Amino acid sequence: MSGASKDRLNVFPSRMALTSMKLRLKGAQKGYSLLKKKSDALTLRFRQILAKIIENKTLMGEVMKEASFSLAEARFSAGDITPLVLENVDKAKVKVRAKKDNVAGVQLPLFECYYDGGDSYLLTGLSRGGQQVHRCKEVYYKAIKLLVELASLQTAFIVLDEAIKVTNRRVNAIEHVILPRIENTIRYITTELDETEREEFFRLKKIQEKKRIAKEKQKLQNESEGIKTVSHNYEASELEPAGPSIFEGTNDEDMVV
Amino acid sequence: MSMMASTDLLFNVDHGYLEGLVRGFKSGLLKEFDYTNLTQCETLEDLKLHLQGTDYGNFLQNEPSPIAVSTLDDRLRERLIIEFTHLQNHSMNPLTKFLDYITYSYMIDNIILLISGTLHARSLDELMPKCHPLGSFEELPTIAIVANTADLYNAVLVDSPLGPYFKDCLSEQDLDEMNIEVIRNTLYKAYLQSFYDYCQEIGGSTAEVMGRILKFEADRRAFMITINSFGTELSKDDRKNLYPKCGHLYPEGLAKLSEADDQDQVRQVAAYYSDYRKIFDGVGGPDGKTLEDKFFEFEMELHKISFMQQFHFGVFYSFVRMKEQEQRNIVWISECISQQHRAKIHNYIPIL
Repeated sequence: MSGASKDRLNVFPSRMALTSMKLRLKGAQKGYSLLKKKSDALTLRFRQILAKIIENKTLMGEVMKEASFSLAEARFSAGDITPLVLENVDKAKVKVRAKKDNVAGVQLPLFECYYDGGDSYLLTGLSRGGQQVHRCKEVYYKAIKLLVELASLQTAFIVLDEAIKVTNRRVNAIEHVILPRIENTIRYITTELDETEREEFFRLKKIQEKKRIAKEKQKLQNESEGIKTVSHNYEASELEPAGPSIFEGTNDEDMVV
Repeated sequence: MSMMASTDLLFNVDHGYLEGLVRGFKSGLLKEFDYTNLTQCETLEDLKLHLQGTDYGNFLQNEPSPIAVSTLDDRLRERLIIEFTHLQNHSMNPLTKFLDYITYSYMIDNIILLISGTLHARSLDELMPKCHPLGSFEELPTIAIVANTADLYNAVLVDSPLGPYFKDCLSEQDLDEMNIEVIRNTLYKAYLQSFYDYCQEIGGSTAEVMGRILKFEADRRAFMITINSFGTELSKDDRKNLYPKCGHLYPEGLAKLSEADDQDQVRQVAAYYSDYRKIFDGVGGPDGKTLEDKFFEFEMELHKISFMQQFHFGVFYSFVRMKEQEQRNIVWISECISQQHRAKIHNYIPIL
């Protein structure tokens, strides 16, 4: 308890501080549950992406193999088409567009490939090998699409990983540091307040006691001075045996109104 | 008849040595037995070892050990070029001209390559190594220097050995506007027809053997252009203009082909010609060979037949084509080995 009591916010134990602490506690709890939800959502997405990456990577191997073999096939029937194709390329036909996807407030980059313009070199291998060249083109397009998809997944994977780490750190921080600290503070304030209340009560009792003693002394003195006034006073004190109420008697100089 | 006999009689005076030589070269082509060995190789090193046991000898000896398929391809091509230039250097007319005709097809490819490269502002140093050495000629490098197509046409192309083909079928404007692939095929058509005419001019067995081969070549181009043009922007009229007119298909077959809209209609056209019918029927069989494979096989058959006759130039053409096919076969097999794609390793084209 001594260690925990040390770990509290440095506030003056007043009622106002208590209210504000209670508000803070509520805020922290809300934040905790929200962050927890976010972290769960991110983890869910993370696992999905992981599964997709594994699937794509296995597929990638096959598709790339097929693609590079189809190039060999095209070479076999169309001869060496590489220089010609190279010379005729003036701009990229397949381009990649970056978009953003929002998962629980985390911006995930999303790559998407698209055709820009028509097939610029449709007639390659017109006299021989055209079909193989065409097939080769298709297979490579498939491979590129897969590659872009994989790139997009990988990036999302890294970003998500980072986001999940940060979120989890926050969740843990709230759960294990902030919440206990606020709770400790509240407990501390309550104990302090109770303490002061008891002190106050005891003080009031003490004052009352002192006043009663002072009054008795006064009475004894008066008795010795004259019986008349004593008897009169005596009758009056008979009516109120416990003495005057602490809330009455505006002439009390200790009373703070 | 007496004319033919006299050319045969005098053939050996000028060309006998080279014919003997080319027949010797031909006997060095890989046999079926060699292919069986090659297809059983596990690595390219094994392949290299097997090739050493053939006529190729130690041609890969100086290559560093993990040998790339592209290196292999280059070395194989060098071999062919050495043999061909040897033939060329010892030849006499009309064989010299005949051999020049063979190089024209490579020239077409080179010119097309340079033109398209120049249009995209590539440097000459970058382009020249990509040209086929058999198709180089004096004026070739100047193509990349000229500034515009008018100069290109008037100053370079018209003076090149291919000048007549350019003059006859392409105008200056065409170079700017036409698809480069259409230009190539237009040139090739002109070349094929001119080659055919030249062979007929030589006469005798050359005309017979080369006629057979070039007719098939022309028809194959017509078929392939038709099939490959489906689904492209090439119009039927443009397509028709690309058909070489020296084949069996001319004129009825070509007219029908020019109307064809899908592969079935092409097949129907082919059905009128017994040889082509067989080729089309063989496609999609259990061996999984494509139409082009079948065409290649048929072509190799023709080249094989051309060696059955003597005293003609056809053997030179046939040898070059067989050697090229062999080069493609070896590259194919090595691709299959290096990519571990053994299922299709037997899809090479048997030559002998």
